[in-house]
Amino acid sequence: MQLEKYSDLFIKRHLGPRNNDQENMLRKLGFDNIDDFISEVIPEDIHIKNNYRSNLPKGCSESQALKDLEAISNQNEVNRSLIGLGYFGTHTPNVIKRNVLENPRWYTSYTPYQAEISQGRLEALFNFQTIVCELTGFTIANASLLDEGSASAEAMTVAYSARKNKNANTFLVHESVYDHTYNVLLTRARPLGIILKRFDSHNPEFTDSIFGILIQLPSKTGNLFDPSFLISKAHKYNILTCASIDPLAQTLIKPIAQLGADIAIGSMQRFGVPIGFGGPHAAFFACSEKFKRLIPGRIVGESVTNEGEKSLRLALQTREQHIRREKATSNICTAQSLLAIISSFYAIYHGPDGLSKIAKRIVIYRRYLELCLSKLNLFVEQGIRFDSFDIYSNKSTEIHEEALKNGFNLRILPIGSDINNAKGFGISLDELTDENEVFNILNFIANVFNIDIDFRQIPIDYFFELDGMPLRDDNFMKQDIFARYRSETELMRYVFYLAEKDFSLVDGMIPLGSCTMKLNSAAELNPIAWDKFSSMHPFAPKSQAKGYLKIISDLENWIGELVGLKAVSFQPNAGSQGEFAGLLAIKSYFMSKDNSVRNKCLIPSSAHGTNPASAVMAGFEVVSVECDQQGNIDIVDLNEKINKFGSQIAALMLTYPSTHGVFEPRIREICSSVHSIGGFVYLDGANLNAQVGLCKPGDYGVDVCHLNLHKTFCIPHGGGGPGVGPVAVSETLKPFLPDYSINDIPISQLSYSVSSSKYGSASILPISWMYIKMTGFQGLRNSSLQAILSANYIAFSLQNKFKILYKGQNGFVAHECILDFRELKAKTGLTVNDIAKRLIDYSFHAPTISWPVAETIMIEPTESESLKEIDRFCDAMLLIADEIIEIENGTYPKDNNVISNSPHTIKQLIAEDWSNPYSKQKAAYPYNYDLVNKFWSPVSRINNAYGDRNLVCSCSFHQEETVQEKKCA
Amino acid sequence: MTYKFPDDLFYADTHEYLKEDNGLYKIGISEFAVDQLGDIVFVELAEKGLTLNKGDTFGTIESVKAVEEVYIPFSAEIVERNENIIDNPEILQNDPIDQGWLLIIKPIEDFLISDLMTSDEYKSKVSPK
Repeated sequence: MQLEKYSDLFIKRHLGPRNNDQENMLRKLGFDNIDDFISEVIPEDIHIKNNYRSNLPKGCSESQALKDLEAISNQNEVNRSLIGLGYFGTHTPNVIKRNVLENPRWYTSYTPYQAEISQGRLEALFNFQTIVCELTGFTIANASLLDEGSASAEAMTVAYSARKNKNANTFLVHESVYDHTYNVLLTRARPLGIILKRFDSHNPEFTDSIFGILIQLPSKTGNLFDPSFLISKAHKYNILTCASIDPLAQTLIKPIAQLGADIAIGSMQRFGVPIGFGGPHAAFFACSEKFKRLIPGRIVGESVTNEGEKSLRLALQTREQHIRREKATSNICTAQSLLAIISSFYAIYHGPDGLSKIAKRIVIYRRYLELCLSKLNLFVEQGIRFDSFDIYSNKSTEIHEEALKNGFNLRILPIGSDINNAKGFGISLDELTDENEVFNILNFIANVFNIDIDFRQIPIDYFFELDGMPLRDDNFMKQDIFARYRSETELMRYVFYLAEKDFSLVDGMIPLGSCTMKLNSAAELNPIAWDKFSSMHPFAPKSQAKGYLKIISDLENWIGELVGLKAVSFQPNAGSQGEFAGLLAIKSYFMSKDNSVRNKCLIPSSAHGTNPASAVMAGFEVVSVECDQQGNIDIVDLNEKINKFGSQIAALMLTYPSTHGVFEPRIREICSSVHSIGGFVYLDGANLNAQVGLCKPGDYGVDVCHLNLHKTFCIPHGGGGPGVGPVAVSETLKPFLPDYSINDIPISQLSYSVSSSKYGSASILPISWMYIKMTGFQGLRNSSLQAILSANYIAFSLQNKFKILYKGQNGFVAHECILDFRELKAKTGLTVNDIAKRLIDYSFHAPTISWPVAETIMIEPTESESLKEIDRFCDAMLLIADEIIEIENGTYPKDNNVISNSPHTIKQLIAEDWSNPYSKQKAAYPYNYDLVNKFWSPVSRINNAYGDRNLVCSCSFHQEETVQEKKCA
Repeated sequence: MTYKFPDDLFYADTHEYLKEDNGLYKIGISEFAVDQLGDIVFVELAEKGLTLNKGDTFGTIESVKAVEEVYIPFSAEIVERNENIIDNPEILQNDPIDQGWLLIIKPIEDFLISDLMTSDEYKSKVSPK
C-alpha cells in the first residue's frame, strides 16, 4: 500500500470512532485489543480464524471504486427502450432528482414509526395516497407496495380473505394481465391452495368456486376495453374484481372505481421514477372503505396532536405482520417510500392538467405512428389503445435489427422470443417520446421496406380521442397541493419544508435495534443516478446489460463468500420477499422429492412477526419454540418439538445473533439437531451486521439466509423503503432459487418468481457493490467489530442505571442491546413510548421500542457513529434516568412531567403561557453542555387512537370549498 | 391502576368475563385486559343468531398496538350483540363491565360455571406478585 494513499481509504470514513476512540472504548470494557474482546463475544466454534484468506476486494478509495464502477457501467449499452410491459420511459424532473432522490434528508430517514419527527415524509406519502385515490376514484389507498406483481398478489389475497363463499378457491386472471404478473400470482396462489386460471372473454362463464378476478388496463398488448359489463356480471356471483391500472392512462379514462372495480393496483414507475433495470418502483393499492382492515402494507392516516393540531401517522398498524404474525394475510413489512415520494412530487409538479397533457400527447403520437405505418402496409389490430400497439410482419427480424442499429429496443413478439424468431414488433410510447423520435422510428422501419416516404408531409392530427372507452368527465386532483407547487421555486421550497420536519441521519444517530441505520455514503449513492444504470429496461437484450450482470455476479460471489453459501438470488425486493423466496426454495426441494409431509416450520417465540407470516404464506404450519430466561432458544423445548414432529419438520427459522441481540453459544448444536431429522435451517439476516467477516452462517449449519442490503450493505432506508432482500442458499437448494420467465409458461413445475422483474431492485445494487469494493474484506470485518464494540460500550455505560435485559456468554451483547423498562409503568405511570418521545427533546431518534420484548428499548449504534455521538446518547439516557427518579420520588407529578409531555415544540416554548411544573430549559435543552444541533419536533405528541377510530387516508376535496381555502394535512 | 372485580362475575383464562342473568350470560372482557390492550380502536363481533362451539372465537378487539381474539367458554347461541361498542369502541375502553359488554349468549349445552375462575381467583391471577 502506498503511504500517501492510506488516508483515502474509504473505511476510514465509514467508521465513526477514530483509532484512539476505539482504544478508549476497549479500555473501558477492560481490553487492550479488539481481538481479545471479540473472542469473548463470539462463540469460539463459529469464529473465523485470523488466517482466513478472502477472495473479496481489498478495499480502496472512493475515487478508485467510482472509476472501476464507471468502467463496468460502460459495459451497459443503453438504448431507447420502447418495450413497455410495465416499464416506461419517464423524465425525473431535476428539482425532484436533486432535492429528493439525492437528498440525504429524504433517503437516510427511517420508516415513519416515530410520527412526531416524520411529518414531512408522512405528508409526502399522504399526498401519494391522495393521488392514487384521485386517479382511481377510491377513497382508501396505502403508502405503496413493492412492485406491480406482488401488489396483484396482495389484491388476490385480500379478495380471498374477503370472499363471502368460504369454499370458493379460484382466482381468474384475464388475458390482459402481464405474464410476469401472472407468474408472481401463481407463486402466491399455490401454497394457499388457490387455483389460478386464465380467461380471455369479456363475458365469461362464472361459477360459485370463483372468488375474484384480475383484469389489466391497458392490457399487456396495449388495448383498452370497457370492463363495466364484466365487473357487474362478476358482482352477481359475489366475485370481487381487482384491476391493474396504468396511472397515466387513468388521467384520461374513467376512474376504475366508477367502472365498478373493488380493488385497484398498479405501478407508479412512469410518474418520474427511472426504469433502472426493473426496480425499485412504487406500486399502489387502492380500494373501497369495506376492505380497509384487510389492506396490506402501511397506510398513512390523519390524527390530531394532544393540542388538537392536525397531524399524520401510520394508521391501523394492527393489520400488519409484526402484530398479527401467522394470522397476517401478508408478510409485507416495508414499502417503497422514497419512490412513492418521488412519484408524488412528480404529480404535484405536473398537476392534473400536466399529467393529462403527457397522457394525451402519448395517445396522439401513438395514433400518428399507426397512421404512418399503415402507409408501409403495416397494420395494427382494430381496437382502442393508449400508448402501445403490436404489429405482426414477416420483416420483423429486420425491423428489430434496424431498431437496434438506430439505438432503439422494441418489444419482440411473441413475448419471450428472440429477434431471429420474431413474428412481430410492439411499441410503447411514453413521456419521453417527441416528434423527432416518431420520425426516427418511422424512418428506420421504412428503410427495412426500402420505401422512401417523407413522413413529415403527413400532418399530425393533434386532436385527442379514445372513442369507445369511457373517459373521465370529472375534474380530479383539485386539492390545493396540486396547484400550489407548479413553479420550481415553490416545489423546491415545499420539498425542503417537508424534509426539515423529519429526523434523518443528517440530524443525528438513529439507534434502531435490528435496523442498522449506518452510513449511506455519498460515493455509494452517486452511481444510481448514472444514465447507464437508471435507463436500462429489464427486458432489454441481455447483451446490452453486461455491466449490470457483472455487478450482480460480483455481488453474488462476495455475498456468497461472506455468508458461506453457494448461490444468491437478487430477485426479492425486500427482506420479507427474501424470506418468502427462501422458504419456497425449501418447499420446492421437498416437493421435488415428492415429500408433502414436511409442512412444519419451527420458529422461536422471539422471532420477528414477519417470520411466521412468511412461513404461512409459503404453505407451512408454524410451530413455536420457546425461549429460555436468557433469551436464547430453549434447547429442551426445541428438542421436544424435534422429537415430536420429526419428519414433518421442513425448517427452523432463526435469527442470529438472536433478536435479543446475543450470540447464542449453542448455535452449531441447534443447526445439527435440525439437520439430524432432515430439516433445513433458515437464517433471518436482519442481524448480519454483527457477523460479516467474523463468522459465516453457512459454516455453522445454515442452509438458507436472506440478507437485508438496506441494513448491512448500506442501501439507505429511504424513509421506509426501498429494501433489497437477496436470498442465499446452499448447493442442495441452489436449483430451487427464484426463477424468472417473461411468459406465463413456467420454466418447470417447481419454478417460481417473487418479483415482477428478474433482478428485483437492480438499480440500487451498485450501492452495495460500492460499499464492499471500498471497504474490502478487512473493512467489512472491522465494521462488524466496531458495531459490536459500540453496542457493548453503550450497554456498559448504561448498566448502572438500566437493566440490560439479555447478555450472551461472558456478559457481552452482540451489535445491539435491550434496556428493560417493564417496571416503569407501575412506578411512574410512564411507558417506554414516553421515553422514546423524550429522546426527541434530546435530539435523538428513538431506538426500537417494545420489540422484541414489550416495554423495552433496543439500541443499535452501528459502526458509523462517532464516540462523541455515542457518548451524547448515553448522556441523554442517563439524564432521562434521573428524570424518571424525579417522577418516582414525587418531585414532579406522574401525569405532568418533562417525559409525559414530550416532545416539546418551539410553539409551546414561546407561548406566553407556560404552566408546566418544570422549566423551559429543562424541557428543551436538558443537556448540561452546549448542543450544536438542536432538533425541534415539528408537532407535539400525536394521539394514535383518534386516527385509528376515524380513518382518513387521503385528502378529500369538497365541491363547496374553493381551491385556495383547502389545505390538506 | 386498580381494577374492579365484581363478585358476580366469572372469568376465563383468556380474560373474558361472564355474568349470569336469568339463564342468559353477558360476556365481555375484564378491566385488566382492556388496560393491557391500550387504546381500543375497533371491535368486531360475530352476528346475532349464530351458534358457536366452546373455544370458538366470537370476535376480535383491536387497539392501537395489539389485536386479540375473544373466545366463547361454552357452546352457545348469540342472543344479543352490543352494537353500541361497534360504533363507539371508546365505550369498551371506559366501562368494559356495565356499558361495554360484548354479547349476550344462551348456553346450548350443560357446563360448569366452576370451570371458570371466580372474581377472587382471577384477581389473584392478574395482580402483580
